[in-house]
Amino acid sequence: MGTLRPMAFSIFRKQIFSPTTFLWEVEAPDMAAAAHPGQFVMLRLHEGGERIPLTVADFDRDRGTITMVVKVVGKTTEEMATYLEGDTFQDFIGPLGAPTHIAQKGHVVFVGGGLGVAPIYPVLRAFKKMGNRTTTIVGFRNEQEIFWKDRFEEFSDNLIVMTDDGSVGKKGTTADALKDVLETGVNIDEVFTVGPLGMMEVIAELTRSKKIPTFASMNSIMVDGIGMCGSCRVTVDGNVLFACVDGPDMDAHKVDFKEMKIRQKRFRNEEGVLLQKYHTECRAQTKGVSA
Amino acid sequence: MTETRGKKIQPIRTKMPELAPEKRRLVFDEVNCGFDITMAHQEAERCLFCKKPLCMQGCPVAINIPMFIKNIVEGNMLEAYHVLKASNPLPAVCGRVCPQEIQCEQKCIVGKKGEPVAIGHLERFVGDWAIEQGIKSEKPESDLSIGKKVAIVGSGPAGIACAHDLARAGLAVTIFEGLHEAGGVLSYGIPPFRLSRKVISEEIKSLKSMGVKIEFNKVIGKIFSIQQLLTEKGFSAVFIGTGAGLPKFMGIPGEYLNGVMSSNEFLTRVNLMDGFNHADTPVGMGSRVAVIGAGNTALDTARTALRMGAEEVVIVYRRTQNESPARAEELRHATEEGIRFSWLTNPIALHGDVDGNVTEMECMRMELGEPDASGRRSPQAVPGSEFRIKADTVVYGLGTVTNPIISRSTPEIKTNKWGYLEVDPTTQMTSMPGVFAGGDIVTGAATVILALGAGRRAASGILKYLGLVKEEAANGVTVS
Ligand SMILES: Cc1cc2nc3c(=O)[nH]c(=O)nc-3n(C[C@H](O)[C@H](O)[C@H](O)COP(=O)(O)OP(=O)(O)OC[C@H]3O[C@@H](n4cnc5c(N)ncnc54)[C@H](O)[C@@H]3O)c2cc1C
Ligand SMILES: Cc1cc2nc3c(=O)[nH]c(=O)nc-3n(C[C@H](O)[C@H](O)[C@H](O)COP(=O)(O)OP(=O)(O)OC[C@H]3O[C@@H](n4cnc5c(N)ncnc54)[C@H](O)[C@@H]3O)c2cc1C
Ligand code: FES
Repeated sequence: MGTLRPMAFSIFRKQIFSPTTFLWEVEAPDMAAAAHPGQFVMLRLHEGGERIPLTVADFDRDRGTITMVVKVVGKTTEEMATYLEGDTFQDFIGPLGAPTHIAQKGHVVFVGGGLGVAPIYPVLRAFKKMGNRTTTIVGFRNEQEIFWKDRFEEFSDNLIVMTDDGSVGKKGTTADALKDVLETGVNIDEVFTVGPLGMMEVIAELTRSKKIPTFASMNSIMVDGIGMCGSCRVTVDGNVLFACVDGPDMDAHKVDFKEMKIRQKRFRNEEGVLLQKYHTECRAQTKGVSA
Repeated sequence: MTETRGKKIQPIRTKMPELAPEKRRLVFDEVNCGFDITMAHQEAERCLFCKKPLCMQGCPVAINIPMFIKNIVEGNMLEAYHVLKASNPLPAVCGRVCPQEIQCEQKCIVGKKGEPVAIGHLERFVGDWAIEQGIKSEKPESDLSIGKKVAIVGSGPAGIACAHDLARAGLAVTIFEGLHEAGGVLSYGIPPFRLSRKVISEEIKSLKSMGVKIEFNKVIGKIFSIQQLLTEKGFSAVFIGTGAGLPKFMGIPGEYLNGVMSSNEFLTRVNLMDGFNHADTPVGMGSRVAVIGAGNTALDTARTALRMGAEEVVIVYRRTQNESPARAEELRHATEEGIRFSWLTNPIALHGDVDGNVTEMECMRMELGEPDASGRRSPQAVPGSEFRIKADTVVYGLGTVTNPIISRSTPEIKTNKWGYLEVDPTTQMTSMPGVFAGGDIVTGAATVILALGAGRRAASGILKYLGLVKEEAANGVTVS
C-alpha cells in the first residue's frame, strides 16, 4: 500500500553518546510548539517501516525542533543509528499522550535508567521551574554511556549518578540510590520514574509503604498511538487503560507490572527474525558496494 | 421466468464472479471480481424501474437507484455515474461494503418473487468503470473560497464525504489525518480482499484533484486544538470525523496474555502496517486463532488470519448466525473458506503457559432466552457447560468505545453519556459554534454509508453556517 509522499522530516542534529545511544534533533516547528514534558512522539523511517514511540527528551520552540534520545534495541532503532545529520525520514507524529502533571509539590525525586534517562529531563526542568526542590537519580552502565550530566545538574538540587561498575558516581542501581535517599528521612512529595519495567517496579515498591505518590511512564508496545488498537493497554487498579491516550504516566503503585513484563516480550521471536533479516540485508549491501 | 407488474424477470440474479475458495484462501486479492458489461446489462434488465421506488427508501442516502440502473441499460455509463455521485461520493466503495441485503435490496419488489436486483454489484460496476476511465469529480464551478477555508479532522468516509461536497461547492478544504494513510477504517480495517487498495487510492486521488489538501500525521487535539484551527489557523469551520475509537475488551481473566489482542490491533498491523508484505511491524499471530464476535470486524479478522497462514480459525459468538450483524456475503465467504463457527458460545476466561502465552479459551454454552426490550433474544449461560478451545491467538472483534482525544481537549463540545459527540441532526453542528461532526464519533460504530451521509449533511450545514447557501436548499451543493 502507500500513497507515495516525500520524505518530510530531516535530522537537524545528531549526537552520538555511546555505541548504543544517540540523539536526534528533528525539525518540526508545529510539534515543538505543541509539545509538553512527559509526552511522546512516533516516527516511521520509510514505507514498510514500523511506527515506534519515543519520548520527547527536549523541545525547542524557538528553533522549532524536537529532540529524542534513542537506545538501540532492535531493527528500527539500529536502522536509525545509521542515519546521519541532514538525512530525511517519512513520518513524524505527535506530540502524543497526556503531558505530565506539573505542579508545586515540594520535593520531587526523579529516577531514570536505561532508555528512561533522557525522558526525565524535560519533566525535571518543568518541575524545577515551578519552584520545586529536585533530586535526580540517573543510572548508566558505565562512564562511556553517560550523557547530559550538565543538563541534569542545572535543574537538580541534588544529582545522583549511578553506574553498574562504579566508574563514575556511585556503584549500584538507581533503586539503591533511592533507598539511600529514603533512609535519610528527608521528606519526599512525589516520585517520577522512567526506565526498564523491572526498575520502575522496584522504585514503586520502595515508595509504596511510605505512601509517596509515584508516577511511572509506561513504555508499552504501541502501533497507532492514538487510542485505536489497544496494543498499549496496561492494567491499572484492575482497569484496562491505554498508555497512548490515558498515559504514558500511570500511578506506579497501581500498575500491574507482572502483566506488563509479560506483554513487553510479546513479539520477541518476530523481532529477532526481523533483526536477523536486517543484518543479512545490510551485509549483502555492503558486499555489493565493495565488489 | 417470473412475472412482476407485467414484466418477465429472471428470478435468479446474475452471479458475481468470485475467486474460488481454494484459490483465495491464502491471498489478499479481491474475492469478488466484479461484473463485466454483459453481466451488468443482464442484471440491470431485471429492474422494474418502479414509479415509487421502495429501494430508494431503503438507501440511507436515497440514491436514485432506478435512474442509475436505467442509464446502465441505455448504455449511458457516465450519466449512471453522475446519478450515483449526486448522492454518494464513494460508489465503488459502497458497492462493495454496504449491507445491501438489509437496505435497498431488502425493499426491492423483484425480491418478493425471486432474488432482488443486485443493486450493490451494479453500483460497484459503475464506480469501477469511472475509476478505469479516469473520471474525476468535477472541479468546483464557483469560487466561494475567498476568505473561507474549512478543516476536516479524520480522513474516513465521513471526512471524505464532507470534504468532497465542500470542495465541490468551491471551498478550500484541508483534511488533518492522524495516521500516515488516508481512508480511516477503509484503509486500516476493511481488508484488501473485500476492498482493493486501488479503489481507495483512486478515490483519494480524485479528492485531491478537486483541490482538497491532506495533512498526514496530524492528530487534532494534540498538535493543534480545534480552537486553534478556528483562530490561529484561520479556518471558518471544522468538521470532526474521527471515528469510533478504543476497542472493547471483556474484562475476563487472562486478557493480558500474549497472543490476545483486539481486531483493530490485528487488522492495523496487517493492513496499515503492511503485515501482509512481512514489513517491519510484527503481527504476532500463531496457528490456531479464535475470534470473539460475529460482526464485520470479527469476520474480517478471521478471514485475514486465514490469509496470514493460520491453520485453524474459529469464530466464537454468544448468539446464533441469525443475530450476527455481519453482511450475509461475508458469512457465506467465510464459511466457504473454511472458517469454523462456534455459535451460542461465550468466553469466560483465557488460560496461558508459564511464559504468559495464551493457550486455551474457556467458554460456556449459551441458549437464547426470551426477547428483551429491543426484541433481541438475550443469550443465557447453560450451567455446567464449560469447555475449552485450544488457541494460541485470541482476537476481540467486539466493537469500540469512544476515543477521548477530541473531547478531552475540547470541553466546549458536549458529549452524550457514552462519550459520543452531540450534534444537531439536521446540520450536524456540535454545541461549539462552527464545529460540526459526523460518522462513528457521533453514532458509535455504524456503517460506511451512514458516515458518508452524515459527512454530506455536515457539508450542507457548514455552507449554511457560512452563509453560502439558501436555507431551503437541501443538498449542500446548491449555491446561492
Ligand atoms: C511511550 C514510549 C516512550 C518511549 N521512549 C523511548 C525513548 O525515549 N528512547 C528509546 O530509546 N526508546 C523509547 N521507547 C521504546 C522504543 O519505542 C522501543 O525501543 C522501539 O520501539 C524498539 O524498536 P526496534 O525495532 O528497534 O526493536 P524491536 O526489535 O522491535 O524491539 C525490541 C524491544 O523494544 C520494545 N518494543 C518493540 N516495539 C515496540 C513498540 N512499537 N513500542 C514500544 N516498545 C516496543 C519491546 O520491549 C521489544 O522487545 C519508548 C516506548 C514508549 C511506549
Ligand atoms: C474491520 C471493520 C470492518 C467493517 N466493515 C464494514 C462493512 O462491510 N460495511 C460497512 O458499511 N461498514 C463497515 N465497518 C464500519 C465502517 O467502516 C465505519 O462505520 C466507518 O468507517 C466510519 O467512518 P468514519 O469516517 O466515521 O470513521 P473512520 O473510518 O474510523 O475514520 C476516522 C479517521 O479519523 C482519524 N482520526 C481519529 N482521531 C483523529 C484525530 N484526533 N485527529 C486526526 N485524525 C484522527 C483516524 O485515523 C481515521 O483515519 C467496518 C468497520 C471495521 C472496523
Ligand atoms: S497504541 Fe494503539 S491504542 Fe495505544
